[in-house]
Order: sequence, then structure tokens, then C-alpha cells
Amino acid sequence: MFGVELLKSLHRPRTYVLGACLAAVAVLPAVLQATASGGAGGPPFFDLVRHNGLFAGLAAMALIQPFFLPLGTGLLSGEAVAGEASAGTLRYLLVRPVGRVRLVVTKYLAVMTELGASVLWVTLVGLTAGLIAFGFGPLPTLSGSTLSVGAALMRTVGAMAYILIGVAGLAAIGVFLSTLTDSGIGAAVATVSVAIASQILGGISAVRAIHPYLISDQWLAYADLFRTPVVWDGIARGLLLAAVYTALFLAAALIVFTRKDVTS
Amino acid sequence: MALGLILPTEGEVDVLGEPVFAGGAARGRALRKAGALVEEPAFWMYLSGRRNLDYFAAAAGPPDDRDARRSRVDEVLRTVGLDAAGDKKVKAYSQGMRQRLGIGLALLGAPRVLLLDEPTNGLDPQGMREIRTLLRRLADDGVTVFVSSHLLSEVEAMCDRVGVLARGRLVAEGPPANLRAGASRLRIDVDDRGRAERALRDVSDVTLIADGSTALRVRLSEGADPAEVNAALVRAGVGVRALVPEHDSLEDVFVALVEGEDAPR
Repeated sequence: MFGVELLKSLHRPRTYVLGACLAAVAVLPAVLQATASGGAGGPPFFDLVRHNGLFAGLAAMALIQPFFLPLGTGLLSGEAVAGEASAGTLRYLLVRPVGRVRLVVTKYLAVMTELGASVLWVTLVGLTAGLIAFGFGPLPTLSGSTLSVGAALMRTVGAMAYILIGVAGLAAIGVFLSTLTDSGIGAAVATVSVAIASQILGGISAVRAIHPYLISDQWLAYADLFRTPVVWDGIARGLLLAAVYTALFLAAALIVFTRKDVTS
Repeated sequence: MALGLILPTEGEVDVLGEPVFAGGAARGRALRKAGALVEEPAFWMYLSGRRNLDYFAAAAGPPDDRDARRSRVDEVLRTVGLDAAGDKKVKAYSQGMRQRLGIGLALLGAPRVLLLDEPTNGLDPQGMREIRTLLRRLADDGVTVFVSSHLLSEVEAMCDRVGVLARGRLVAEGPPANLRAGASRLRIDVDDRGRAERALRDVSDVTLIADGSTALRVRLSEGADPAEVNAALVRAGVGVRALVPEHDSLEDVFVALVEGEDAPR
């Protein structure tokens, strides 16, 4: 079932359109820094790209993380179950039979795999563009020391993994919402709204008391990987948040879906 | 519900001896023996018919031999007459082709029982006949084909046994010919319908049928002689052009049964 899910997305033109769009976003940092006359400001790591192409991968991820990644997460996870329901294929999968627990878990894993592929793709494209435009060199960290190219690439992989795990909880929320409705779009919009609301609340200091519990609270903590020594507090907290949200909402999705009448 | 899609508030359903709601692996075992077409067929429109079947087969796992799966898909496509169109996207299929692919999907697991809901729904007469022939052939091969339908002429043409449900209860069951047996009817062509109806009202063993059709029809109790009807009409001075014995259609049987159930007690 897992393989089938991935194969299905490989047969959809939208997969390639999205891939192309993501690639276009991913080359932005390198292209803009290579052509623009400079000036500070912009998303994290943006200005650093001109000094070192290694930053281009991070800058590309930083570009997609606040909006495009939650959007993609919402779309894929919101459609996971509801998309099959509205196409009518859900009942045929269930009578084949694909067990209900297996269906939800497989859908979730497939969504995470596709998101992982997107993050990897964006980083690779960004890094390639950075390499071509500025080359790689030892990486100055946010703390002032430098990292070798190899160590910097390792930390980039770490950042990718962290960013992906960051949306694991959101994907679980999406799959949960997806079991509640037959409208994939509805579930997707609701999921994206959760991400947006969380990020907005995270920016309002009047509600500082709830900040530590927001799903997006530690999404930016991957930057701490580029300090020496690495500051683990935020990252550990982010991983915990992701684990709790994922467990809660996957359990909720399973409870709902195993008790649901599937009529469409 | 027999397929575990809708959950019961109480009770149990067995499919070929396997309980569907007992939990554990029993439902899987039950469903593996069954194939189903629930309302209209549904597919991933952006994939070809062949790929749809292949993915459905693979989704149910266990991850079996790829070649065996492919050859099973080919076999099913041949059975439903779609081997030539197997590589076209389902998007491009006609309604009849989708319906046949739906039956193909139901057949994938070589089921011993097929549950079909309105299998000829929305098809033209040609398509209906194709489906009917296909189902007949499957039944002859030993598959139990269970059809729910409100197209009673279809049911009559296709089924070996018929059951009638009214208000959730099985009120009659048996071969269509048995259900139809019992009292017979006469269609009577006369020159003066009003006078004929008055005359027949007094004859015992005869009931007028008001079914909204233009012809005069009567129901005869068992053992009643059509000649007596004729004699009564002639005595009343009605010109009788024809007396045609008619068998009840399944529709008549169905309406009679369901009305009986619905009547206030």
C-alpha cells in the first residue's frame, strides 16, 4: 500500500508541477544574490549566500518553511483520506480489503515521505545553485567560528531532518481532519489555517503564555544547529512538540476512522 | 454493511462463515472471499484501467509476486472485455466501460461471492446486456452473484433466486417463477368498460385490478374459470373482444408484497 501511494503520486502531473515550482523557489536565494546589487535584509541566511554557496541550501529551506511547506503539508495530508473518499475509491480500498488502521498509518507515512522528498529536493536544488553561483567554502557559524564544508553539509542534513519533523505534527493534524470529512480541499485549508494561526499567535506577545505549546513554536530552531557549540534546548523542545502533536492527532485519526461509517 | 463499510449498532454479519464485525483478522478473511461493486464504480481517473487494478491489488497486500499480480490483472481485464482498453486512462472510459472495470475490480481477488449494488445502473440496453451476460457466465463458473436492484425486469431476466425486502425484513424469497405463481390475471378488451366493471363486481372469485393502466384487468382466485367471467359479461350485454390470461410480473409481486407490509395493522 505504501509503495502504491508513492507510485500514484508519480503518475500525477501535479507532482512534477509542484517539483518545478519548488525548484524555482529553491534557486531564488542564489540567483537573487548573484544578480542583485546587495543590501541587507530578507529571510534567514539570505545575505550569507553571497559569501558562501553552502548557505544557499539553508536559505532555500528557510524560504519554503514558513509558508510553502505548511501549505504542501496541508494539501497532501488533508487529501490523504478525504481525497479517496471524494473520489469514491476509499470504499473499494476498504473492501479489497485494506485494514482501516493500515490505511491511515500508510497514508500518513506516504505524506511524510513526499514531504521529505520535497525538503530534500529544495535543499539539493538550492545547494546546487549556490555552488554554481558562489562555490562552497568553510562555513562561518552564527557564533563566529567556522565549520568545514563536510561538517556544514552534515548540519544541513540535520536541519532538513529537523524541518521535516517539525511538520510531522501538522501532517498528523491534516490526516486527522481528513478522516472527518469527504472534502480534501476542506481538510487541507483547515490544516493550513492551523499552521497560519499558530504562527500568528506565535508573533503576538500578549499570548506569550501559550507560545511554548504552539505547533510552530520551535520551527525555526534548526538555526541553532549552526552555532558552535550547537544549542540543543530549542531543538529538543521542537522534537518533543512534534512527537506530542503527531501522537495525539494520529491516535485521534485512528479512533475516528475505525469507528466511522464509510458511505461515500 | 456486509462489507464492513457501515458499522452495525448490534448484531453480526457472516460472509461465507466469517464474521465481519468480530474484530481481529476475521473481517479481512471475510472480505478476501468477497468482491463488491458498491453503487457506482470509482477509480483514480488519472491512471489507466490496468494500473488501477494493479494498484488496488497491490494495496491489499501482502506484497505478493509482481508477475502473478500482473497476470491476474490481465486475466480480469480479459474477463470483462477491457483488455484492449486497459492502457487508456479511466478518465476516457465510457460509463459502461467503467462499470465493467468496476466488476473487474470486484473480481480481482477471485472471490467466491460477488456483492453488486445496481450493476446495470445508468447503462444503455447494450451495456446492460453485456453486464448480464458477464454475470451469467460468472455464476455458471460457480461464483455466487448477489445483486441488489430496483430494476425488476433486470432481476427477472438475470436471477435464479429473488428476495424481496420491505421495511428491512425479508418478506419473500425464491426463484422468480415461484414468486410469480399463485393467482392469475385476465386482461379483458370490451366495448363498454363501465358496464363490464359493474357486471363483474357481482361475480365471485373475481377482483378488479386498479393499477392505473387503460386496459381492464381482473384477478382470479385460484380455481376460478375464465369462461365464467366471459359468461357474466355476455349476460350483461357487454361485447367481449378478447380475454387474455396474464402472468404477474415481478413488479406486481413486489408491489403486492410491499403494500401488504406497509398496510396498517
